[in-house]
Amino acid sequence: MRNFFRNNPTEAILLVVLAIVCVGLSIGTDQFLTLVNLANLLNASAINIIFAVGLVVVLIAGGIDISFAVAASVVQYVTVYALGYIGGGNWFWGFMIAGSLGIGLGLINAFLIHYFRIISIVVTIATFNAFFGLLMFITSGRYLYNLPDWWTTRIILVEHQTTSGQWAELTAPVAVMLIASFATWFLIRFTTTGRQLYAFGDNPEGARRVGINIAAMQAIAFGWAGMMAGIAGLMQVNFVQEVVPNALIGRELDVLAAVVLGGARLGGGRGSVIGCILGVMLIAIIQNGLNLLGISPFAFKMIVGAFILAAISLSNMSFSSLSFARKGRV
Amino acid sequence: MNQPLDNPSGQVVPAIRVRHVTKTFGGVTALDDVSFEVLPGEVHCLAGENGCGKSTIIKIITGVYQPDAGAEIEIFGQKLSAITPTISRKLGIDVIWQDLALFPLMSVAENIAFEGMLGNVPRIARHATLRKKAAEVLTRLGVDLDLEAPLHTLSVAERQIVAVGRALVGDARLVFMDEPTASLTQSETEKLLAIVAKLSSEGVAVVFVSHRLAEVLKISSRVTVLRDGRLVGVYDTDGMTQSHLTELMTGHTFDSVVAAQDRSKAPVVLQVKNLTREGEFNNIDLTVRQGEVVGITGLIGAGRTELGHALFGMTKPGSGEIILNGAPVRFRSNRDAINSGVAYVSEDRLTLGLVQPQSIADNIVLPVLDSILDRFGLISSSKKDKTVRSWIDDLAVKIGEPTDPVTTLSGGNQQRIVLAKWLATKPKLLILDAPTVGVDVGARAGIFEIVRKLADQGLAILMISDEIPEAYFNSDRVIHMAGGEFIGEYDPRSTTISEIEGAVFA
Repeated sequence: MRNFFRNNPTEAILLVVLAIVCVGLSIGTDQFLTLVNLANLLNASAINIIFAVGLVVVLIAGGIDISFAVAASVVQYVTVYALGYIGGGNWFWGFMIAGSLGIGLGLINAFLIHYFRIISIVVTIATFNAFFGLLMFITSGRYLYNLPDWWTTRIILVEHQTTSGQWAELTAPVAVMLIASFATWFLIRFTTTGRQLYAFGDNPEGARRVGINIAAMQAIAFGWAGMMAGIAGLMQVNFVQEVVPNALIGRELDVLAAVVLGGARLGGGRGSVIGCILGVMLIAIIQNGLNLLGISPFAFKMIVGAFILAAISLSNMSFSSLSFARKGRV
Repeated sequence: MNQPLDNPSGQVVPAIRVRHVTKTFGGVTALDDVSFEVLPGEVHCLAGENGCGKSTIIKIITGVYQPDAGAEIEIFGQKLSAITPTISRKLGIDVIWQDLALFPLMSVAENIAFEGMLGNVPRIARHATLRKKAAEVLTRLGVDLDLEAPLHTLSVAERQIVAVGRALVGDARLVFMDEPTASLTQSETEKLLAIVAKLSSEGVAVVFVSHRLAEVLKISSRVTVLRDGRLVGVYDTDGMTQSHLTELMTGHTFDSVVAAQDRSKAPVVLQVKNLTREGEFNNIDLTVRQGEVVGITGLIGAGRTELGHALFGMTKPGSGEIILNGAPVRFRSNRDAINSGVAYVSEDRLTLGLVQPQSIADNIVLPVLDSILDRFGLISSSKKDKTVRSWIDDLAVKIGEPTDPVTTLSGGNQQRIVLAKWLATKPKLLILDAPTVGVDVGARAGIFEIVRKLADQGLAILMISDEIPEAYFNSDRVIHMAGGEFIGEYDPRSTTISEIEGAVFA
């Protein structure tokens, strides 16, 4: 535990802040600390957490991805047509198709970044526009409602009827979120590839000299982010039961904010799955709390912005010692 | 005494032996028929000035560059036709670069034993094995570091040790250390040198690249001297003196003329009284007169550059007075200093002194944009051309066109452009910080000619240099700085260079 606080200062602070916010909301409102509310919060945040654990791998490797949310929309559309082509499919085919399409789109980013030596923010802003433009052009902005039944049926994992007669339910996206989080946690924490990703984000030139395959790092980071985006897209359809071309646009910044709030460093080498979950949940809980407290929804973005600024300033302060390279000879 | 050794190795199989290495880049010859040999367990020094080919030969031995045809390479008795970085590592050759190539956010253990994490096929990362390996290496080095601490929390010296540890994890039998002590304090240097001695006693050969001659002579048994891409010779360090080694490295003969003159009658331009900045320099008293060149020398970390920054308004001194032309000044920023007639040519010319991709002309006029405006407040191209032309002619810079980017110029000419840039501000005091770093030997003389000419025109010049001969031959007075204080002052006309060297390296 002491190591957790020392090595993950941002996550530790976030955990404390989250606890304070939760305690405050539990006392200040009578609806926050109810099973129904908490279950709904989790259901609604699951998609963003899946996006976040994909994105955090890119941030750890020193990149940034703006295009993943739009990529998820592209994946949704192509998956609908691909499933139609194979005659409806099932969850297995859904995951296979959405996951591979996501990886494919991620690899486009990785390829452009690596072979043309363009920084990731520029590449992904370009692909963000290209993906979205292409999607709108080809679909003419049409919504899709005619989806396979297996895809749009709510799957309830756990349910519990409260004394007030309401049902608290956890749905499929939560299970997928748990698996995605666990897989990402395992990748970045317990595999050699994960440690190479951290090293690459921390010091790319050092990583190259020590013999890490740079092209592979970019491909794995963006491929993973793409795969998670594809899966998040798949689960988002399950949640909203329709495919809308601009449903996810704007999500990239919400998720990016949550991941950065969760301690990932723009510039690489830092970030954790627990941070992603805490970051997404904190934002969701603040929004939920503001609703319950009857505060104007217009204040929401402002308050989230303040939280992000505070978090980034804090993590920057603790890294002021990073400028060691020049310390000796000012 | 110090004759080049012919075949010092005798029967021992050398760790490395390269012969007839030539390397040209485009039309430039970086190495010209160089031979180099290191024995197992030997501490060998590769000495030479910047740009003499030291790093090129390291890069050839480690497979980063391929030598031109005709080179013979033999590593631990094995003749090789080509080296790649992978082969070089397999054979037990490792380089600790000056920038260390470590991972600041990762733990000490991971930094040392990162090798266990390599490979394209994902495996389970065995943190316990990794920690054990790292701990073994640190025990072998006889140092105690917290294995879990993130690297960025360590001091520079400790990071240096981590880098050595990493080389040892790979079972290195030959380690190159590129300027390992450049940013270490004296006691940290001692510790590192002890570790080097220990490695050597275990049979690991260490090749030291350093221009701090005191260390070189203390630690190594032999020294290979390169100058301008050519082998000067291989020498035993027994009986070698610093001045002789300097002479071999620079090719400067020591009947160089001392340029010092008596300027004590000239009006005072800069007077500094009791200047102190906590942790950087203390109680500095300094006078620089019109036309005078004052050299400040000493080891790295003596506080010389920090003093320069304070005089140029980049940092605020804690206490004391700066008096410029008789009037006390207090600079809020370097903009104030420039306006008061102070110019500063930085140590790190490439990153701080020039805007590299911009043209020569744009660089020269950068600090004086205000003076080349036309009556509409826009940049007047005729005024700009005039300013640029006059300085290029004055400093004899060899350029293609003023519109060429500065990257097209050689080190010496780039340094002249930096000078031109600051002279365009019409300064009264010019601070030169390590003016010849990265400038080849030939061009150095040219730069000092300019410095002397500027002094004769009445400019007061403060020259910071860690190359003692540079300060000795080109200053009117030499001040020795150590631990943030002035501890000695010498008049080159009545002092020998060895006296100053003796004091500085004591």
